[in-house]
Amino acid sequence: MAEKPTKMAIIVHSGTLDKLYPVFMLASTGGSMDMDVHLFFTFWGLNALKKGGLESAKLPGIMSLGTGMMKGKIKKVGVPSLPELLEMTRMTENVTIYACSTTMELMDVPKEQLIPEVDEIVGAASFLSIAMDADVQLFI
Amino acid sequence: MVKYLRALFPFGNMSDVKIDLELDYRGMFCPMPIVKLKKATKEMQAGQVLRLVATDPGSKRDVPAWADKTGNEILYSNKENKEYTFIIKVS
Repeated sequence: MAEKPTKMAIIVHSGTLDKLYPVFMLASTGGSMDMDVHLFFTFWGLNALKKGGLESAKLPGIMSLGTGMMKGKIKKVGVPSLPELLEMTRMTENVTIYACSTTMELMDVPKEQLIPEVDEIVGAASFLSIAMDADVQLFI
Repeated sequence: MVKYLRALFPFGNMSDVKIDLELDYRGMFCPMPIVKLKKATKEMQAGQVLRLVATDPGSKRDVPAWADKTGNEILYSNKENKEYTFIIKVS
């Protein structure tokens, strides 16, 4: 194993099902690969951190009508649900979850409305200081 | 020398290797095999050996990538009837 773990920083900007899946698939896999993973939830991404947010995430726009069908297919194939994936990312103990403080103010989301898995509430400077030496940086 | 022999006979008989843990990940898709593999190895001791069988075609490259990143050694890998088998020594 390398001395310094490989680091991945993801800005989670979207709160729709299609975008949250890759976020949590990459985070759970990265954590399982001993990567140091940081997820920064901002703007619509913050909805995912609200209590019940992951459960109610839908496909974007008009496709939202097909959310039930998509979730049915996900279940049939045996792909975990978003809350299950979150649980898996926590189990790796390598994934840190940040909520954007400005978005909380903008979207009227007090801390009490966030799920307990949120590790820290931070601003852009904190994320940048984490991302600047990350090996993988993504905006999803 | 052992490594050299392994390179010569990558599909050689691994029956002399003692398997400490069998993992059946058939029917599972990304990211499950890797997440579960990590969880399983966390509970194992260094030097122990596991055998994993998966059907996710991604496993062919995902498992070696995971092993490389986490410093675990793949002793043997094979594909047969759409099943990918890996024997991994946990470090």
